[in-house]
Amino acid sequence: MHELSVCQGMLRQVGAIAADHEARAVTGITVRIGPLSGVEPELLAQAFPIASAGTVADGADLIIETLPVRVHCETCGEDSDAAINRLLCGSCGDYHTRLISGDELLLASVEMDTEREPARA
Amino acid sequence: MCDTCGCNITKGNQHLLTGDGKLSRVHEGTTAVSVLRGLLSENDHQAAHNREHFDRRGILAINLMSSPGSGKTALLEASIDALGDRYGIAVIEGDLETENDAERIRARGVRAVQIATGTACHLDAHMVHDAVHDLDLDGIDLVFIENVGNLVCPASFDLGQHRNVTLLSVTEGDDKPAKYPVMFRAADAVVLSKIDLLPVMDDFEPSRAERCLRDLASRAPVLRVAARKQADLGSWLTWLENEIASHRKRLEAGQTIRPAIQPDGMRLHSGG
Ligand SMILES: Nc1nc2c(ncn2[C@@H]2O[C@H](COP(=O)(O)OP(=O)(O)OP(=O)(O)O)[C@@H](O)[C@H]2O)c(=O)[nH]1
Ligand SMILES: [Zn+2]
Ligand SMILES: [Zn+2]
Ligand SMILES: [Zn+2]
Ligand SMILES: [Zn+2]
Repeated sequence: MHELSVCQGMLRQVGAIAADHEARAVTGITVRIGPLSGVEPELLAQAFPIASAGTVADGADLIIETLPVRVHCETCGEDSDAAINRLLCGSCGDYHTRLISGDELLLASVEMDTEREPARA
Repeated sequence: MCDTCGCNITKGNQHLLTGDGKLSRVHEGTTAVSVLRGLLSENDHQAAHNREHFDRRGILAINLMSSPGSGKTALLEASIDALGDRYGIAVIEGDLETENDAERIRARGVRAVQIATGTACHLDAHMVHDAVHDLDLDGIDLVFIENVGNLVCPASFDLGQHRNVTLLSVTEGDDKPAKYPVMFRAADAVVLSKIDLLPVMDDFEPSRAERCLRDLASRAPVLRVAARKQADLGSWLTWLENEIASHRKRLEAGQTIRPAIQPDGMRLHSGG
């Protein structure tokens, strides 16, 4: 299950962003995943509580947005939707296509609590 | 640096990604930061470094992937026997537990290091980096990385190789590319292995395997190989020698190459 290594990599990036912003806690993380990235959203969601325990993102909401598979046809120039194992042009049926969406693996946004502790005397 | 270049953003998806700007207040005391980082950026960084190790020495690195038992080690043994006197070859072996594959390679008189991944189902760039530093690369032209037998996870990790080769043995079924699109899309060449068994595998149709591959918009050549018999190796050895020669030309021109990757991702990456 390589989703755990992906999750750990994500949490290192989140940790660095939180440190940059001197955040007390990370409350939400949004990732965007294409079906051809090789990462299963459900497995990533299962790995998250395990990987985040004890980190600055412990208890954060993980929001996973999936992106559509789309191809651009080099033969007829059209863009079309495609299935993950049929990346053919929806317009002319050619296989000389290029994936323009669907293999992303992105950390899209991090929401965090940055309020200062009230100063104590 | 590429940890902020958003190397996964393409013309097709950028409208989905441009949000509220870099830093926006959500509500009092809460900050939302929009980032566009590949989740594997740490791995990809290490992979780029590994590629520099290979390039500096003029080495072509090839990652072999397949299901367990498809014939990766047998293909390596046969390739070493065929090319070992003309090229310096070294092997990085990824395996869950044993040293068996590395020992098979060393028995051919070739340097080999074993990475025991334990429970990990794939190699990553950090493991390969450690192995590269354990390996004497003097006089080496070609490094093979035999990935862990698994058609899922290895496809997601760049190791610093130049080319991906995916094996499909004729005993596995000709619809594998349709079932494992992520893996087969990553292949620069697909090796149909154990082709000597075709006569007894009457339900494996090489043309059907190739059609499933083309359905993934792949232009990778399909090379038929029978590694054990040493008979059918020709198309594979020709492909390999061409790759070694074109890599040398690329390096002379100050360029390198990554395995099967979309041109848009490539462009955005190099701009980072
Ligand atoms: N008939 C035939 N058998 C082969 C051929 N290549 C490999 N085999 C057999 O297939 C079995 C597995 O071969 P390996 O080379 O060990 O496969 P592998 O992909 O390295 O296996 P793992 O490292 O465990 O994933 C062995 O019994 C080989 O003898 C071939 O070309 N023809
Ligand atoms: Zn796995
Ligand atoms: Zn078209
Ligand atoms: Zn093996
Ligand atoms: Zn190094």
